[in-house]
Amino acid sequence: MLGLNKKDTMFLLIVIALTMATPFLMQPFSEGSALAQFNGGYPDLMAKVAIFGIFAIGFNILFGLTGYLSFGHAAFLGVGSYSAVWMFKILSLNVFPAIILAVIMAGLFSLVIGYISLRRSGIYFSILTLAMAEMSFRLAYSVFTPLTNGETGLQVRPSDVQLLDGPNAPEYPNIFGLLISDSYKWEVAGHVFTFNVGFYFCAVIAIIAFYISLRIFRSPFGMMLRAVKSNQNRMSYTGLNPRPYTLAAFVISGMYAGLAGGLLAVMDPLAGAERMQWTASGEVVIMTILGGAGTLLGPVLGAGAIKYLENIFSKINETVLHDWFAFLPDSIEDVVVFILSRFTGHGWALTLGLMFMLVVTFLPGGLVEGGKRFFGMFKRKPKEPDDAEHHPETPPHVAE
Amino acid sequence: MTKSNLTRRGLIKTGAAASAGLAMPTLFTGNVWAAAHSGYRNAPTNGTVTLGFNVPQSGPYADEGADELRAYELAVEHLNGGGDGGMMNTFSSSALTGAGILGNKVQFVTGDTQTKSDAARASAKSMIEKDGAVMITGGSSSGVAIAVQGMCQEAGVIFMAGLTHSNDTTGKDKKANGFRHFFNAYMSAAALAPVLKKLYGTDRTAYHLTADYSWGWTQEESIAAATEAMGWKTAEKVRTPLATTDFSSYIAPVLNSGADVLVLNHYGGNMVNSLTNAVQFGLRDKQVNGKNFEIVVPLYSRLMAKGAGANVKGIFGSTNWHWSLTDAGSKAFVKSFGTKYGFPPSQAAHTVYCQTLLYADACQRAGTHNPCAVAEALEGFKFDGLGNGPTEYRAEDHQCFKDVLVVKGKENPENEFDLLEIVEVTPRAQVEYAPDHPMFAGGELGKCNPGA
Repeated sequence: MLGLNKKDTMFLLIVIALTMATPFLMQPFSEGSALAQFNGGYPDLMAKVAIFGIFAIGFNILFGLTGYLSFGHAAFLGVGSYSAVWMFKILSLNVFPAIILAVIMAGLFSLVIGYISLRRSGIYFSILTLAMAEMSFRLAYSVFTPLTNGETGLQVRPSDVQLLDGPNAPEYPNIFGLLISDSYKWEVAGHVFTFNVGFYFCAVIAIIAFYISLRIFRSPFGMMLRAVKSNQNRMSYTGLNPRPYTLAAFVISGMYAGLAGGLLAVMDPLAGAERMQWTASGEVVIMTILGGAGTLLGPVLGAGAIKYLENIFSKINETVLHDWFAFLPDSIEDVVVFILSRFTGHGWALTLGLMFMLVVTFLPGGLVEGGKRFFGMFKRKPKEPDDAEHHPETPPHVAE
Repeated sequence: MTKSNLTRRGLIKTGAAASAGLAMPTLFTGNVWAAAHSGYRNAPTNGTVTLGFNVPQSGPYADEGADELRAYELAVEHLNGGGDGGMMNTFSSSALTGAGILGNKVQFVTGDTQTKSDAARASAKSMIEKDGAVMITGGSSSGVAIAVQGMCQEAGVIFMAGLTHSNDTTGKDKKANGFRHFFNAYMSAAALAPVLKKLYGTDRTAYHLTADYSWGWTQEESIAAATEAMGWKTAEKVRTPLATTDFSSYIAPVLNSGADVLVLNHYGGNMVNSLTNAVQFGLRDKQVNGKNFEIVVPLYSRLMAKGAGANVKGIFGSTNWHWSLTDAGSKAFVKSFGTKYGFPPSQAAHTVYCQTLLYADACQRAGTHNPCAVAEALEGFKFDGLGNGPTEYRAEDHQCFKDVLVVKGKENPENEFDLLEIVEVTPRAQVEYAPDHPMFAGGELGKCNPGA
């Protein structure tokens, strides 16, 4: 189906099913129960997981396939957001013009930055992209204040023109009249599941983005990108110029980032300069590596894990911990809470750091490898071939 | 192990059916469904009402944020009938009884704004969507306040601004669901200018260092306009990024600019660092054009004075409230805050405490948490006994109008909290302006949004 072989079609369908069921998957505990704290099935977080999933999928096309480590992808995310908000201000609060311009602008921007940065490879390339992104951040933060509204962030105001919108058009971002913020709450057996228009919009786009990335992974173009990663010199000696391929990969991943930025603005029509800062660029690198660089599903898992930690773990402050451990004698309780509170609440980044360290040390293939090993334990071991040394190992399926 | 018979066709069919089924509920827009329950977003359930306190717990305004959080906890305690009741006893409205709000017990959730617009909106969003907060309050930066106010307007909950001093919060970025108790940059300038004229004369040249965001911009505009009106000249206006911690490179050019007054449009950690740098460069001991070089800090707070130490002695500025005020409301608040935490509250703590009480009182008077009814109860509301004398929430822009304090860094502090002394209480009439004043024009409140 859709130009995919049977195995990939299955894979895509599983991804679609998982994405569509996110409101259930992220809301496993009933309201009012002690574990309700860990529910993450509210629109903002679900949409963020989908959006940063897109961002990481795009980043993975560059990093996972060509091995070029960009430390400046947040710049494209920011450009996407600013373009989207400007579309909201000038043209229409319908989300489509905003997203289209976001992708185009981020594409142009990444073409320029990629053209310059890709003259070098390895660490020099990383530093160049980092410098470019930091420059963009500084520009957005203060120099281009009329365009970006600096630190305050660009917002939609009631006084904005919105040329395409009629007098009765909705005041907030919408899909042809259907408000992004609308949601339906389904209360069943103590559980509350929230189905939000914005989330499903992001989810559908994420699936399309995933499908495109799947096709790129399987295409001859994808093979060329892998060739760049494995041995660029050999590729040149064969008579192929790697630069157009790397530049194309860079621009594609830049456009993915722009799409993610545009969607961020759709969910919340404000563009702040902070989302262009180098920490944001670093975040997508961590997402990709945590989930598994070079795998299709890994970056999405990484994005989900980090956004969940950031939003849920950071809410477990000392008061909550004291509630949990109230059954302990006071002196022990204080010690336990003191230690745990370093890792939750504001210390959530410490938990992330530890997790990242463990994953990189013990699961170099990221969470995807962890999952594979886990399920591998239940599988019957294939019979050992008679002559192991003289059979080439079958290359692993990239989807796994 | 059962062996299922997976076919491609079967998979597509079930997949399509499943996704259609899952997507189905979104076809009904939420408005109809939610409205059937209460008519507004996050109505209290099970006898509790949740308030969201969104304060900076990290970044340059973290000190203010920590103090705000203390005041919020105190306010919640008082609303639920705990403690000594604080300013609830001196408040001119007697709707609050100490039995929560409308009989619902008050509980709260907190978020960290990080003093970043993005992060602040995300934490406010999660408090509204996940924790069911019916009102968001707090913040210690105008950039954040404006961003969160816009978000609350879209989400349909009330926003009670914390420490935000930019003209824009109730000027061109005002929103029907947003309310500000704190004073603003225009009021600071209007109160400060006559005092500066008396002290330093009319023949002065000012050099502005300004935090590069909404508040800094309007503070600079206001104070420059007010001082130029009395004959001062402006040498230069330099913008400094909010995240700056070392201002040496900005202070050095001041020495050769010919200016004899340095206006620091900085707040919090920024002001502590820039003032310290300025003093280290010997600015205060200099003579320029035959006059003593002076430093002015338009927006002052005790926490900043504490951070800057001896450097603040004799430096003038304005403030919203100070714990040494002797009216009954201030005394009651200082007493209950001091009893609980062991030190006097800052102006940030005072303003957020007032905001929480004002919100609770408005709900009580309106008989509901519905943002539209609450907004109506607050608009044009006149009250007293909250430490600032007679105060009014103006209906046109949701800004509180009250007296403004001009303060000075104390020369001989008696203890570590006694850092500012009140020079003048500028009456409300002198700092009042028309809602369509050019510095505030260009925005509209819009319609209140109940979120359902």
